[in-house]
Amino acid sequence: MRDALGAVQSVLVLGGNSEIAIAITERLVDLRCRTVVLAVRDPLSPVTATAADALRARGATTVEAVGFDALASESHSGVIDETFARFGDFDLVISAFGVLGDQEMFNNDPAAAAIAASTNFVGAVSSSLAVATRLRAQGHGVLMVITSVAGVRARADNFVYGSTKAGLDAFAQGLGDSLVGSGARVVVVRPGFVHTRMTEGMKPAPFAATSDKIADAVIAGFGKGREIIWAPPILALVFGLLRHLPRSLWRKVSAR
Amino acid sequence: MPPEPGAKLLVPATTELMGWGRTAPTASDLRRPTSAVELQRALPTTSPRGLLARGLGRSYGDAAQNSGGTVIETTDVDAFTIHDSEPGSSTVLVTAEAGASIDRMLHALVPQGLFVPVTPGTRYVTVGGAIAADIHGKNHHHKGSWCQHLESLRLQLADGSVVDVGPERDPDLFWATAGGMGLTGVILEATIRCPRIGSSRLLVDTDRAPDLDSVLELMSSGDHAYDYSVAWIDLMATGKSMGRSVLTRGRFATAEEAAPKTGRDTFAYKAGVIANTPPFIPPGLLNKLSIRAFNELWFRKAPAERRDELQTIPTFFHPLDMVGGWNRIYGPGGFLQWQFVIPFGTEATLTRIIGELSKAGCTSFLAVLKSFGEGNPAPLSFPAAGWTLALDIPTGVPGLGPLLDHLDDLVAEAGGRIYLAKDSRMRAELVGTMYPRLDDWRAVRDRVDPNRVFRSDLARRLGL
Ligand SMILES: Cc1cc2nc3c(=O)[nH]c(=O)nc-3n(C[C@H](O)[C@H](O)[C@H](O)COP(=O)(O)OP(=O)(O)OC[C@H]3O[C@@H](n4cnc5c(N)ncnc54)[C@H](O)[C@@H]3O)c2cc1C
Ligand SMILES: NC(=O)c1ccc[n+]([C@@H]2O[C@H](COP(=O)([O-])OP(=O)(O)OC[C@H]3O[C@@H](n4cnc5c(N)ncnc54)[C@H](OP(=O)(O)O)[C@@H]3O)[C@@H](O)[C@H]2O)c1
Repeated sequence: MRDALGAVQSVLVLGGNSEIAIAITERLVDLRCRTVVLAVRDPLSPVTATAADALRARGATTVEAVGFDALASESHSGVIDETFARFGDFDLVISAFGVLGDQEMFNNDPAAAAIAASTNFVGAVSSSLAVATRLRAQGHGVLMVITSVAGVRARADNFVYGSTKAGLDAFAQGLGDSLVGSGARVVVVRPGFVHTRMTEGMKPAPFAATSDKIADAVIAGFGKGREIIWAPPILALVFGLLRHLPRSLWRKVSAR
Repeated sequence: MPPEPGAKLLVPATTELMGWGRTAPTASDLRRPTSAVELQRALPTTSPRGLLARGLGRSYGDAAQNSGGTVIETTDVDAFTIHDSEPGSSTVLVTAEAGASIDRMLHALVPQGLFVPVTPGTRYVTVGGAIAADIHGKNHHHKGSWCQHLESLRLQLADGSVVDVGPERDPDLFWATAGGMGLTGVILEATIRCPRIGSSRLLVDTDRAPDLDSVLELMSSGDHAYDYSVAWIDLMATGKSMGRSVLTRGRFATAEEAAPKTGRDTFAYKAGVIANTPPFIPPGLLNKLSIRAFNELWFRKAPAERRDELQTIPTFFHPLDMVGGWNRIYGPGGFLQWQFVIPFGTEATLTRIIGELSKAGCTSFLAVLKSFGEGNPAPLSFPAAGWTLALDIPTGVPGLGPLLDHLDDLVAEAGGRIYLAKDSRMRAELVGTMYPRLDDWRAVRDRVDPNRVFRSDLARRLGL
């Protein structure tokens, strides 16, 4: 159960190799989380094994990997139901999977763009709805959806990714509103640029942060019961301004 | 055809419930039976996530919640009977349904020269909640806790059967239900021995103690002479004033002693809400500054020493009840109460804990300090001979989680424990250490409820 100060005892991570999600989960384990299930494409991968070992070393007692592919929407209800049946209640489900892709490449390969959109948006829709059904039934629990500041305002150089996150952000907010009164909650996390595998080799955007910094902000916001968590928190202010810039100005600013 | 009386019970209404601290809401199928007959229809249940009884929701955390399952609110099942008694007898038997509140009972009892054997700091608790938490009051050092004053209780078990148990009748089940947090069955009613009182006033002595050592000394040397004793301690005071307190102790006045206030109406009793908390509270209304100022004012206002002051029952026992819905002043983030007891002889730990709380500048209104008498046979009952401290803290205090985890460790090391009725955050790992007879309790629970029909969020969180 989630306690009065926001600490949880069990976490399911969809996209369980995500560096951001692992950093968040490590902190939750430090606080008292004992059950962690990592839902990943390849449960036997060494990346997952390493993350699992690290979580065990910090005090988690049950750390398991289960198979999950965001692109296989038709399987989501089954996977989620099985996972809840096997491990019991989850106090927190983090939806962390996603692909960034490359806008240039998408421009030349529209089908690849569609796959990215399917992963980030379609896969999140089907898996989140399956999770919501379970949370509703257990009468408690939080679904944490990682979107992005890229979805707050689409940019010319990554609008496929940005628009998937915009869609996801809207979806997650609506889902959260639909769950009011059910005991279940949705928390939207909007990170800025984070140094992870996803952004390796890219030029950092302003306010770039490590996944540890992002995780600290998420834990702080989560403990306070925030429904939307900007990470780092300064981005709430920054994007509060940027989203209102005239479009001509935004084009210049976002082109950097 | 008129609707079947129990029809309302069949319509599940998903409702979010919280404890008094307003922290971790979860949803249940909430039912509110209006009679004892209807109450009993709730069992056996087909709910896959079990069932739990709930009283007035005055436990601070998640003890009276059952996420995804059924919750039976008993507050409309609240009849009680004051039995005939021998004229000279010191107690009178009262049989009360589980949902009867101490508030309602006092309105009937006090005018007849009777009182409840034990009252908590609020009169808005039900008989069921009083038993399930085995509540204590300011007289614990003489009278023990609530369940020590029961003749018997009637319990409905998971299969729907009803049993009467008492200290002599299936004592294992009786004592497992006392402090058992609703997990052995639904308490339907209980028969309580209620003491006679000389008047509806208390004769109260107040002593202001400049620091922790002096208040402990005052309590150790003088509590036995008073029926009721409690100290309010200012946890925001630091340095030489650390632990400064106001100790109030007393007993019920005789009719003669009370006469200057009551006149001939010896048992006059008026208790009500004199103010309500406004609906909108700005977050952060209670901050370090406002609370520190309040504590300072309160300490200075108290007399250094006052004797034989006549006080009413609400003023002496239930001052917080004068403000309706005061738990909302902590704003949307809610608050928690941390209450522990540690054995006599571990005063060094007590000093250390209070020191750490003061140092952390932990925003807290007055905390309550009391010395307990011996515990009772109930494996999960909270009180045990020693010092108990209870404090309310807003959840927004930075670093609160790790601080309390650390203090829990100190409590456990000293052989103490945390009060489950107040808990909303302790680590499951510590329950077995703090309640060394947990397995005895589990054995009884497994006997009467092998399929775990009775479940609560507290039980889930702590793995009871
Ligand atoms: C301002 C304030 C001051 C307090 N002071 C004290 C104090 O001085 N001493 C003290 O001991 N406590 C104190 N308490 C705590 C309070 O006495 C307990 O939490 C008590 O259990 C609350 O009773 P309730 O009817 O509100 O029960 P709830 O909070 O609704 O339920 C508490 C527990 O009782 C169980 N329960 C309720 N009814 C039944 C039933 N019919 N059958 C089986 N189980 C049942 C529930 O399942 C739950 O586990 C205080 C609380 C407040 C808010
Ligand atoms: N890094 C940033 O700057 C940034 C900024 C804002 C938002 N975000 C968002 O934060 C989340 C986590 O990202 P991250 O930075 O931690 O990157 P990451 O480490 O690359 O994590 C993304 C994860 O998504 C998984 N994934 C991709 N496609 C999948 C599929 N079809 N099925 C299942 N899993 C799939 C990947 O799994 P594999 O290990 O199997 O590849 C990877 O572990 C993502 O949603 C991302 O969009 C990141």
